Amino acid sequence: MTLAPGKKKEKLDRLAELSAVHDDERGVSLWREAMRRLRRNPAAIVGAVILAAFVLVAVIGPFLVPYEPTDTIGVREKVVSSGHGIIPGPSADHWLGYDHQGRDEFSRMVVGARQTLIVGIVSTLIGLTIGVLIGGVAGAAAGLGGRWGRLVDNVLMRIVDMMLSLPSLLLAVSVAALLGPSLVTVMIAVGMVSVPVFARLLRGAMIAQANRDYVLAASSLGVRKSKIAISHIVPNSLAPVIVQATLTLATAIIEVAALSFLGLGNPDSAVPEWGLMLADAQKYLDVRPGLAIYPAVGIIITALGFTLLGEAMREALDPKLRR
Amino acid sequence: MTLPATDVGTTRAGATDALVEVRDLKVHFPITTGVLFDRVVGHVKAVDGVDLTVPRGQTYGLVGESGCGKSTLGRAILQLTPPTAGEVRFDGMELTRLSAGKMRGLRRRMQMIFQDPMSSLDPRQNVESILTEGLAAHGIGAGRSERRDIINRTLDAVGLPHWALSRYPHEFSGGQRQRIGIARALVLGPELIVADEPVSALDVSIQAQVINLLDELQEELGLTYLVIAHDLAVVRHISDVVGVMYLGALVEEAPSDRLYREPLHPYTRALMSAVPVPDPDLEDRRERILLAGDLPSPANPPSGCRFHTRCPWAQPTRCADERPVLRDVGGTKVACHWAEQIASGELRPHEVRVELVRPGDEGEAPSIVSAPSEPGTYV
Amino acid sequence: MALLDVQDLSVTFSRRGQRTVHAVDGVSFTVDAGEVVGLVGESGCGKSVTSLALMGLLPRQRGVHVGGSASFDGTDLLKLDPRSMRDVRGRDVAMIFQDPLSSLNPVVPIGIQVTEVLVRHRDMSRDAARKEAAELLDRVGIPDPRRRLKEYPHQLSGGMRQRALIAMAVACRPRLLIADEPTTALDVTIQAQILELLKELVRDSGTALIMITHDLGVVAGMCDTINVLYAGRVVETARRKELFAGRRHPYTVGLLRSIPRLDAGRGEKLTPIRGSVRDVLPWTEGCAFAPRCDRRVDACVGEPPAMTPTHTGHEFRCVNPFPLVQPEEARA
Repeated sequence: MTLAPGKKKEKLDRLAELSAVHDDERGVSLWREAMRRLRRNPAAIVGAVILAAFVLVAVIGPFLVPYEPTDTIGVREKVVSSGHGIIPGPSADHWLGYDHQGRDEFSRMVVGARQTLIVGIVSTLIGLTIGVLIGGVAGAAAGLGGRWGRLVDNVLMRIVDMMLSLPSLLLAVSVAALLGPSLVTVMIAVGMVSVPVFARLLRGAMIAQANRDYVLAASSLGVRKSKIAISHIVPNSLAPVIVQATLTLATAIIEVAALSFLGLGNPDSAVPEWGLMLADAQKYLDVRPGLAIYPAVGIIITALGFTLLGEAMREALDPKLRR
Repeated sequence: MTLPATDVGTTRAGATDALVEVRDLKVHFPITTGVLFDRVVGHVKAVDGVDLTVPRGQTYGLVGESGCGKSTLGRAILQLTPPTAGEVRFDGMELTRLSAGKMRGLRRRMQMIFQDPMSSLDPRQNVESILTEGLAAHGIGAGRSERRDIINRTLDAVGLPHWALSRYPHEFSGGQRQRIGIARALVLGPELIVADEPVSALDVSIQAQVINLLDELQEELGLTYLVIAHDLAVVRHISDVVGVMYLGALVEEAPSDRLYREPLHPYTRALMSAVPVPDPDLEDRRERILLAGDLPSPANPPSGCRFHTRCPWAQPTRCADERPVLRDVGGTKVACHWAEQIASGELRPHEVRVELVRPGDEGEAPSIVSAPSEPGTYV
Repeated sequence: MALLDVQDLSVTFSRRGQRTVHAVDGVSFTVDAGEVVGLVGESGCGKSVTSLALMGLLPRQRGVHVGGSASFDGTDLLKLDPRSMRDVRGRDVAMIFQDPLSSLNPVVPIGIQVTEVLVRHRDMSRDAARKEAAELLDRVGIPDPRRRLKEYPHQLSGGMRQRALIAMAVACRPRLLIADEPTTALDVTIQAQILELLKELVRDSGTALIMITHDLGVVAGMCDTINVLYAGRVVETARRKELFAGRRHPYTVGLLRSIPRLDAGRGEKLTPIRGSVRDVLPWTEGCAFAPRCDRRVDACVGEPPAMTPTHTGHEFRCVNPFPLVQPEEARA
């Protein structure tokens, strides 16, 4: 079938128009493009949904829980006697039963979610802040600083190497020994462990960016080195750091749980925290395995959420996968 | 506020119409080892004694193969790579001794165009931000609207639509990206533009668009170009004078037509005979001078004439122990002891013993391979 | 009969949520024994994907669809199972890639890599294979071949690596060699060496060669037949001299007018093709080149143009081609 000549012309013009970009739509920045790709990735959606649920529980859950998480209600009502191995399981009133001190396990799980989230975020932020500071200075010094810059970079990176060479558990135990066991200790310890990771990652990315032509282009425009570092090199190096931070949140939660489990965490076990709950539950594993399973499943699902989202972000931000 | 850059320009030395004068320029990169403190174990002599002059309003083409130091030379002229020794005079001012602040102010007058339009544009900046950066650094244009005006005029000059402003580099095709790169250089109103392989990353049909654009801009704005490229055909097309580089030094310099008609240096001859021409008849007729082996390492260059290890005309005397200087032979500058004898046909090419070259380098025992052909038509 | 007869080859990539890409969209060409055939085009014209499809090197996964036929000496390469394809590859058909460093195994000495091919495809003993490998390296112009056998790819220069790769490709005396931009990563003087070597090998062994390149100068120097590709289809095909002297398709003409030539004067204006390779029309809607074409007429849009044959074998896919010029005029 053939079209009328006029129509053909029209069609061609339309196609030519389509292949060109229009001026009414705004440009798509890399972040927006990454978000678009993220939205299309099922793994990212699953991760985001898990995390949204987790955050929601952590934020508003404590206001809605049926019982005070520190109220030893079971002991008062004489239904729980941990010494005799009597810890009742789930019932209509207590959805997840009691814990070994007669407190409502469901309420403790919900309130514990908040603690766990705070601990994960704070410890990651500690690691991220210190790591980015060290890595940023080292990266800028190595990338732009010339002879003196290389020296600064060398000194900073050797310090980081020393931190890296300490086993993370040993580091945590030393910090705990120094500051005394508390939740803050645990957060600092877990944060310190991730410092070298962030520092090395940012420094490496910055050095790679410093050798790119657009940095040379900026200096040929007459832009100051400090400005180049701040407005070009750092923003372009942050993507892997952000991905790593998401993944670190997952490991931080697990590590905090592990340290609490070892007794380095908050000595006042009245405040619920999943890692601590897991530690307490080990004595009653034969009587009520559920006490260990609930917090364990909580930790696993949350860590999975962060990992899924982190991996999806890595994919979305990967410049090689850009169209 | 305007920077004193333009005022400094009035202190023009004499009445020479040379915009750029380079004297005995050297750029040596130290090869270092060591964990905490650097220890220098050698030098890569990327640029090793180059003299050249770029006349105002003209195009100087610098051609050579990878590793010959042409890009380093371009960056050293703009003081983006600090030269080890020598002088670079821009409009009469000696750049190598300027303070960092003074140099930054001068950058407004000399700009650069890069090879890979993707990696030379910050992927997180939109076009407006890319073009504003230089204006902001030099305090050009009072407000946003004044800068917009300058930017829009520049976009028109390079043939980009105004709606490009809000877009990001990855939304453009390769040719359009290179136009953005050219616009970034032009927006400051420079006099000198150093273009490092401006078209080699582009598709064939797009190369011509960019080459023509550069030509038009030169005509309209009276720009001076230093074009650096490996493609002899491109360089010859846009240059008034062509300099041929080999291993950190110029081996020949001549007006572009003359260089093409009568190449004097054996390396130039080989280079020209190696460029494929899209004409089957010509391809069948012409004879090639096939060079044996690879480019020697610039960390350990050959003694004497740097080309003597691969030169089909190398002679037992002088070539291996006396470094030839650039000298005038009938209007062409050439660095070859035997240029006249080779041109007259008195000297004939011979076989060359191949020396194997390591990418890392240390040199190897030589052995015999291929033979170059007779001199023929140099197309 | 032709050694290789490619008919209506098509390769599409479809990914979930994205538009299907027709990388190759109905490519047909033939290669006779001992012939050098050029596939020329710009990035995105489908020339490299064509070679990968012929070698069975496209990923076998969902979303990659290969259609058409490629009859090599009677067997359809596209229909072979992976196992038989592996046998054909290296023995009957070999390939040379653009980047020799990434196509050689970096942790295995090149000698072993060459011997491997000989042992696998020619059933040679290790000793015989090693001797043959040294001879091969010598033949491709690598100095001191016996010592080079023990060296790793990173110890050789780019040109020497490409020579080693060529040695591996010709090790089994294949009947067809596919070279995908073999000299693009190399300097001109090294390119000249490698092209000369390829010409010599083809002349001496009677191997057919498919030369894939974007450089019209390279094909002008060495191909017997040239196919110009645009947007996944052959738009013009002719014997070498006829193509350059009597080019008819606006794209071919545009390409030739847009490249600076060494033998042209300073300041001679180039005539670029407008737009970019992104501005294409789908072949089903008409001529893909129409949006960029200066000779566009109404008939260009609506239905896909067919190949117009001539009595000399010169074919072009255009409804409004350049008029036939006498060879003398064309050169002027």
